[in-house]
Amino acid sequence: MATEVVKKESKYHEAFDALKARKPSVAWVELVRDSAMDVFESLGFPTVANEEWKYTNLAQLAKESFDIASSVEDLPFSAEQFSFPETFDSHVVLVNGIFRSDLSTTSQVEGVVALDLFDAIADARYSKMVRDYLARNANYHDRGLTALNTAFLESGVFVLVPKNFHAATPLQITYVADSAEAQTANFPRVLLVAEENSSLTLVERFVSTGQHPTFTNAVVEIVLMDRARLKHDRLQQENAEAFHVASTSAELGHGSSYNSTAINLGGKLARHDISVVMNHEGAECWVDGLYVVGSDQHSDTHSVIDHKQPHCNSHQLYKGILDGNGRAVFNGKIYVREGAQKTDAMQTNKNLLLSPQARVDTKPQLEIYADDVKCAHGAAVGQIDQEELFYLATRGIDPKLGKNLLTYGFAEEVIGKIGVESIRAQLDEAVLTQLHAPLPTEV
Amino acid sequence: MLEIRNLHAAIDGKEILKGINLTVNKGEVHAIMGPNGSGKSTLAKVLAGHPSYEVTVGEVLYEGRNLLEMSPDERAREGVFMAFQYPIEVPGVSNAQFLRLAYNEKQKHLGGEELDPLEFKDLLKERAKVVEMEASFMSRSVNEGFSGGEKKRNEILQMAVLEPRLAILDETDSGLDIDALRVVAGGVNQLQGPENAIIVVTHYQRLLNYIVPDYVHVIADGQIAREGGKELALELEEKGYDWIKAQMHESATTLAPAN
Repeated sequence: MATEVVKKESKYHEAFDALKARKPSVAWVELVRDSAMDVFESLGFPTVANEEWKYTNLAQLAKESFDIASSVEDLPFSAEQFSFPETFDSHVVLVNGIFRSDLSTTSQVEGVVALDLFDAIADARYSKMVRDYLARNANYHDRGLTALNTAFLESGVFVLVPKNFHAATPLQITYVADSAEAQTANFPRVLLVAEENSSLTLVERFVSTGQHPTFTNAVVEIVLMDRARLKHDRLQQENAEAFHVASTSAELGHGSSYNSTAINLGGKLARHDISVVMNHEGAECWVDGLYVVGSDQHSDTHSVIDHKQPHCNSHQLYKGILDGNGRAVFNGKIYVREGAQKTDAMQTNKNLLLSPQARVDTKPQLEIYADDVKCAHGAAVGQIDQEELFYLATRGIDPKLGKNLLTYGFAEEVIGKIGVESIRAQLDEAVLTQLHAPLPTEV
Repeated sequence: MLEIRNLHAAIDGKEILKGINLTVNKGEVHAIMGPNGSGKSTLAKVLAGHPSYEVTVGEVLYEGRNLLEMSPDERAREGVFMAFQYPIEVPGVSNAQFLRLAYNEKQKHLGGEELDPLEFKDLLKERAKVVEMEASFMSRSVNEGFSGGEKKRNEILQMAVLEPRLAILDETDSGLDIDALRVVAGGVNQLQGPENAIIVVTHYQRLLNYIVPDYVHVIADGQIAREGGKELALELEEKGYDWIKAQMHESATTLAPAN
């Protein structure tokens, strides 16, 4: 079944009504969806008049008409093509935002719960937890896109890592935006709760299939309880026609650790909002990323790291590679709230421009309201260094190859942070292919 | 192997080399000495093809070919190697990756066999002995976080892997302690043979105790002011560069009436 939505937000309303008829839920979920739809209808898509969207224009996205496809029968792909050797047996697949148990293999994630979020709501074992945490960190009241995702809640993934459980196998969630038949919109939703002293590696991968444009609007909420540890590798590899907007919101418990590496390669227009709230003492986070944009691509990362309590550390390295007329935005805010003493916060954004037409707008921001803290931040925009090229040339490496090697090296500092080996190898290749910058042999 | 004829070179319009003549045959070791600012490092960079330097007059023949018409990477693939005074850091690229790429580019050029990562690892292990480098250096990013001595040793390792016909060492001794100097010099000596030549550019005589030159050329103010055998280096050590400068001044004065 497919419901068409078009430019006017009232068309989203039509689709919304159809969804409610198709997938009714318990009273609190109905309330959340209704309230979210109200918010979306009053806020709509953000415009460039909004400071947070100054450099990213969604006007075209708002005008496009998309189908909201609840299910796709004949899939032009197999799930295995998106998993990695390390995640072959621990792979959850969403197609157009809908959990597909027929495509998912979760036998190896023993101990870790990974099921359809909608089923979890109806499951007595998990319903209270979902109710406690869903739409808590991803606040939709002042965000039109988050509200839109929340209104269209009908599936998604609920992940629970039980207390004291240390998952040996990474869990992968693949989000397929399929547009084989028509332009589609999809609203993936994930809630991950890691209980006390548990640990997991989560791999998220966004891909698209089909030729038509897709609109992915994903919301991922992460709750780390005391001393929980999450390694989070996020790969956005949608195709050149895709609109991708997503938010990742993490709340860190006492002594917990959140280590995120977000790689943004795909999309015609991609926006990722990542927010980490350090609500308890002794938490630590790494919020790293790489964006690679070529011609006719736009990639925007907005990051917020909020130190609310003392003795928390945050580390941030975002790098960007821009080619052709590619555009990128990095906006990184770090708040150190009153009383958050002994905070250690480090933020770096570095950009490599491979073409004179490429452009990046970078804005690292530190707001400090405590006096006993260690904070540093910086941003750099540069080109390939001529002395480095000369050095490589004196070793027999011609300037074109040298440029590719230096670009690879620039990306590698972030790619090297990815926890899963075969992902690192595949990304090296993906980055160089995207930049039409091959190296002669696998390096 | 190398013939430099009346070489003039400038940077930003300022002439640094003012007519260098030098012939290097295979099997020879030449030392280029001179005070700071004399142009000896410029000579090394011009030979390697640094784009900031412009050759205004003169020619350089390498194996009978016009070296100055070759791009820096082509020179390297043809066997010219320069060990940098300040080796460049290449973040994110491991030493092993970098060296294999350079090695294979040269092999490709010369029609030799390219090596895959495993085969190359063996070769690298063998060559690393020349400079007493540990395996852990191979997986580290090129020169990143290396000490001064480690960087210089890494230069000699690259030389060992690429087996140049003409190696130019640009102040390789600067900043080295005596142990590192011994290792670096030992590496260079192992790589020296009847088929290749080495040009050692240095300010001090110290390195020449370890790498013994056949010829010593002293550059002052962009020209070769004096030439001789290895004993010239010792004489310089004793009398200092002022001695050369004074002599130059003298000859200039002598010439003056002829103008």
